[in-house]
Amino acid sequence: MNPVNYLYLASLLFAIGATGVLIRRNAIVVFMCIELMLNACNLALVAFSRMHGNLDGQIIAFFTMVVAAAEVVVGLAIIVSLFRSRHSASVDDASLMKL
Amino acid sequence: MENLIALLVAAPLLGAVVLLCGGRRLDKAGHWLGTLLALGSFVVGVVLFLDMLGRDGEDRAMHQHLFSWIPVGGFQADVAFQLDQLSMTFVLLITGVGSLIHIYSIGYMEHDERRRRFFGYLNLFLAAMLILVIADNYLLLYVGWEGVGLASYLLIGFWQHKPSAATAAKKAFLVNRVGDMGLSIAIMLMFTTFGTFAFGDVLAATGAETSGAAAPVSEGKLTAIGLMLLLAACGKSAQVPLQSWLGDAMEGPTPVSALIHAATMVTAGVYLITRSGAIFNGAPDAQLAVVIVGAVTLLFGAIVGCAKDDIKKALAGSTMSQIGYMILAAGLGPIGYAFAIMHLVTHGFFKAGLFLGAGSVMHGMNDEVDMRKYGGLRKYMPVTFATFGLGYLAIIGFPGLSGFWSKDKIIEAAFAYDDGIRGWIFGGVALLGAGITAFYMTRVMLMTFFGEKRWQPTPDPHKDPSAEPAADGHGGEMPHPHESPKSMTIPMIVLAFGSVFAGGLFSLNESFVKWLEPVTAFEHPHPVISVPAITGATMVVLVIGVAIAWFMYGKRPVPVTAPRGSLLTRAARRDLLQDDFNHVVLVRGGEHLTRSLVYVDHTLVDGVVNGTAASFGGLSGRLRKLQNGYARSYAVSMLGGTAVLVAATLLMRAV
Repeated sequence: MNPVNYLYLASLLFAIGATGVLIRRNAIVVFMCIELMLNACNLALVAFSRMHGNLDGQIIAFFTMVVAAAEVVVGLAIIVSLFRSRHSASVDDASLMKL
Repeated sequence: MENLIALLVAAPLLGAVVLLCGGRRLDKAGHWLGTLLALGSFVVGVVLFLDMLGRDGEDRAMHQHLFSWIPVGGFQADVAFQLDQLSMTFVLLITGVGSLIHIYSIGYMEHDERRRRFFGYLNLFLAAMLILVIADNYLLLYVGWEGVGLASYLLIGFWQHKPSAATAAKKAFLVNRVGDMGLSIAIMLMFTTFGTFAFGDVLAATGAETSGAAAPVSEGKLTAIGLMLLLAACGKSAQVPLQSWLGDAMEGPTPVSALIHAATMVTAGVYLITRSGAIFNGAPDAQLAVVIVGAVTLLFGAIVGCAKDDIKKALAGSTMSQIGYMILAAGLGPIGYAFAIMHLVTHGFFKAGLFLGAGSVMHGMNDEVDMRKYGGLRKYMPVTFATFGLGYLAIIGFPGLSGFWSKDKIIEAAFAYDDGIRGWIFGGVALLGAGITAFYMTRVMLMTFFGEKRWQPTPDPHKDPSAEPAADGHGGEMPHPHESPKSMTIPMIVLAFGSVFAGGLFSLNESFVKWLEPVTAFEHPHPVISVPAITGATMVVLVIGVAIAWFMYGKRPVPVTAPRGSLLTRAARRDLLQDDFNHVVLVRGGEHLTRSLVYVDHTLVDGVVNGTAASFGGLSGRLRKLQNGYARSYAVSMLGGTAVLVAATLLMRAV
């Protein structure tokens, strides 16, 4: 199968993820969409690895996974504490950082 | 001997410091101390004069270097004195007339509570004036110049509780500032041109003094310096267009009018021009300007003097006119310098005498100054009448008296300006001025001492000098004219002697001209018409002037209230509309200028500054809205930015 198709799929997934981040208010869903974007990137990287015939892409994909895991830990912790203080998981409610 | 020069200045300066800082303890003896120190300065002057006479003409100049004042690199300002024949003449005039007026003031200011302060100011004036005339460089001269301006301000406003006196003092100071600006610019120009402002160096550097060849300094620069010096002289000597302060300066006590505003300070401009003769010799255009200013002022002052009913203001107009003669003569170059100074000295005698006489009359008439309310005083004040009369004969140029010798010479020199039309014009103006002088002085004489009594009751001024004359003499006290005390009449008598004999003495064997020749140089004038003809013409205009005055004020009774008069008379009563002119052109013009500048400042300058600030404020207000706190909007900008970056990268690749 032509590896370019994987790139189309990755682009599609990334677009879905980005749209989700932009239009959804629920922090958990936003979070999941970010994960989707990350994984779309991973898919693209692995596809590139295959196309170029070396392992660079796969190695970067592993790094991404590690970073994503760390991000999930921190991000979930923030969302939980936010929910505790405001009883809401909406990202638009937390809009105090402005001039 | 040379060490004595500083003593000339030190004595009155000490007097000023002691009297002004000494406080009330000195109230009893202050006037004696002041007078004594003035006399001491005069004695020193006489000693130096005798010493100077003992030497030859060329090495009569003396120098005394006191200390280095401002030594900065190439800029050397010294406090050093130079006493040559020109300075010596002034020193004797200033200290001599000054001492007499000190003595006179003892009597005149007897009832004034602030007499001690008055003598302090007089001493301050003497010190400053002496610095002015014996300085050996222009910067030190400037110190004296400003010093006499200050003393003049203090003395005009001596009765500061009178608003008119306070205003007059301020006016004199402000008008003088205009002239002072000229002097300071002239000094700066000298420094940039010659690198120095010592008399010796500057005047030698102009080079025109002796050689007459092309000066090493361009004529344009000399003209600029000359014109600035002329501006300075106009301010201090009350010449057109800066003459408006002198009439108002008569608000001061009469001895001040006599000493400062007739005999000495106002002649500082003549001194300046004569002293800077070498500069003017190299700048014919500036010289022409000097002559024109002198000619215009001598007519202007004379016309004003004809219309004034206030005896002091009439004399002030006369002062202006006589100084116009001096300035005219000083502008004529080597043919005129000596005569300018000679007229200055004789004028110092007779004008001081006339003012002291006027003061004596006022003293006897309860400080009334309106000549229309005098009349018939010759019986009541014989000494004043006699001395005033001699001064009068001297100023109109009665043959044999001082004014005759000095003024006639100036008229001759004016006719000798050149062979053409200018010689006729300037000579004619000087001649006409002599006629008008005869007219207005005769008018003063007739209105004051002759005719019937026109006395009006006035409030007693000795208790309150500020008191305005009671409205049309209700409730006042009739004046009882009486001869003034000895302390006042003796100076008048001495000055009258000077008025009679000084001119003849100076002209004897041309002694005065020869005395000044080493300093100012001298050439015999060659008038366009013969000298006897000029003398004859002067006599004719003199007789005409006296005759007209006799027909107008001697034969006919003088009305107590001034008639409306012709257009010219009314204009002359208002100083030929000089104040109105100043008001319309300078005051209003200045106001409009400042208003328009304020307008430009508010709209243009402030507009640009405030506009910049406001636009940045507005911009930041709009940019601030980007920081809305919504994480998702930040995400949009990140996504958009990334997309733009990627697109740009791809585009660059494609190209």
